[in-house]
Amino acid sequence: MSVPEKFGQALLALAIFGVVLLVVLHIAGRTSTRAPRLSIALFLGPALALLGIGLAYPAIRTIVASFFDASGRNFVGPANYLTLVEDPTMQRVVLNTLLWIVVCPVVSTAIGLLYAVMADRVRWEVLAKTLIFLPMAISFVGAAIIWKFVYEYRADQPGIQQIGILNQLLVWLGGQPQQFLTVEPRNTFALMVVMIWIEAGFAMTVLSAAIKGVPRELLESALIDGAGPVQQFLQITVPMIRSALVLVLTAITIAVLKVFDVVLTMTGGQFATSVIANEYYAQTFRFFNSGLGAALATVLFAFIVPIVIYNVLQFRKARIS
Amino acid sequence: MVADGIKPWCAGISSGTATGWPLTDWLEDIIMRQQGVDFYDQWVAHDVPFNDPKVADSLDELGAILKNPEYVNGGIGDVSSIASTTFQDAGLPVASGQCGMYHIGDFYGSIFPQGTTIAEDGDVFAFALPVWEAGDSMTTEVGGEFATAFSDRPEVVAFQTYLTSPEAANAQAASTTTSRVSPNSGVDASLYPSPVSKLSAETLTDPSAVVRYDGSDLMPAAVGSGSFWTQITNWITGQSTRDTLDAVESSWPAN
Repeated sequence: MSVPEKFGQALLALAIFGVVLLVVLHIAGRTSTRAPRLSIALFLGPALALLGIGLAYPAIRTIVASFFDASGRNFVGPANYLTLVEDPTMQRVVLNTLLWIVVCPVVSTAIGLLYAVMADRVRWEVLAKTLIFLPMAISFVGAAIIWKFVYEYRADQPGIQQIGILNQLLVWLGGQPQQFLTVEPRNTFALMVVMIWIEAGFAMTVLSAAIKGVPRELLESALIDGAGPVQQFLQITVPMIRSALVLVLTAITIAVLKVFDVVLTMTGGQFATSVIANEYYAQTFRFFNSGLGAALATVLFAFIVPIVIYNVLQFRKARIS
Repeated sequence: MVADGIKPWCAGISSGTATGWPLTDWLEDIIMRQQGVDFYDQWVAHDVPFNDPKVADSLDELGAILKNPEYVNGGIGDVSSIASTTFQDAGLPVASGQCGMYHIGDFYGSIFPQGTTIAEDGDVFAFALPVWEAGDSMTTEVGGEFATAFSDRPEVVAFQTYLTSPEAANAQAASTTTSRVSPNSGVDASLYPSPVSKLSAETLTDPSAVVRYDGSDLMPAAVGSGSFWTQITNWITGQSTRDTLDAVESSWPAN
């Protein structure tokens, strides 16, 4: 097929899609007053069908596959889950993921909050906030490559130049260059820094907007009642922006659970830095162990579900109040 | 070389998710020389366990070279720098004279900076890793490509037959865009534009040559492109020979 033919086909597909959409909307528009059920079905049907094909069906297939062996042909019961619990490499993968969940969201949110408060109403607020927000604009892979260079190690020997800024600083300060990415367990924390670097900007943006929404009168009356800045912050600001804090924490937690690009780019999951999302990919697509890969994906799913439920409940509570 | 103040070896195994593969080739080269190709074949086929004591011997031999701070890592740093240096960067100190030798596939010739003369009397050159004891026949580890036919139509068979001919191999040898080397004994080795390819071709077409495929490529993916890479990476950063081989053995798929 030639290039113009390909474009022709794409345009044709778009046109057909547009026509179908118009027909559906037209029917829905005509029937809405007389037959609300039909119009509801017409509007929800396609979305539900796509969700079913794209989300529900693969999820069920994955859960089923997690009880089968590497080839996906023989039923093995909970053997893949037992591997996750018993195999030292897999234990490490799960432990690393838990470490990521515990450290990254809290540290990112804390830095974001601190920055949002400190940069609030200072002279160069826009510039200061732009600086911390910028990493958000970089892809995870791009950020990971940048930090790989930051951490780059060269031995401290005659004729050898450091090319990583962190090790160069260490050498200038009279220290020894360090292997940041190959020495465990600290390498996992070195990887987390990349995530925090990105997510702190997100936290700062959301929290800064929330802080600006805190009524001035409340803070002023607190001031009149004799509350210092710390007390104002803890007793007024933090409770007032609670829902934003929860949103930020849960959003970052979900992003962290799915962390893949940073690990893949910086260590490839080597040196005991692998996490569930990375290991799932490796097992399924590199080692062709679809059973273990599916089990990893299912565990990841099980980790995410409670957070999503909590998020929805918080959202509802916020709407009711 | 050590007496001359030069680190004889440089090494680097960093290669993204494939980090570790250059060490598997190193180990395989030693096993097929020290333990013989028959043992090598059994080991690759998992007829003997991955952690056979002979394998441990060979891995310790490798450790005597690569874990010896006197021998590595020329122009790059200490032993720990092996894990963090990419295989592309690791051989460059050979060209700048800071390192004696680098163990890598013959494709590496194209990675040296422009202006490096690769020849027997040039800046850098290649040699095949020697045999274990004098009198052993030369063994070479190779990676290969298959010309697979998905149809037995006459024209397909004819083209496949042509690919096996010296004419096709000669045409490929003369190409400057590939570093493929043919084991076809009818090939005119003088056609190879690069002296390294010429050397590889002479090694491969020697009537006494013993050639084996890269073992990690032949093993199940979970080992050959998985635990073998990961564990030998852990080995170079300090894990014991025994723990390393045991961990790979336990990861060998059951079926």
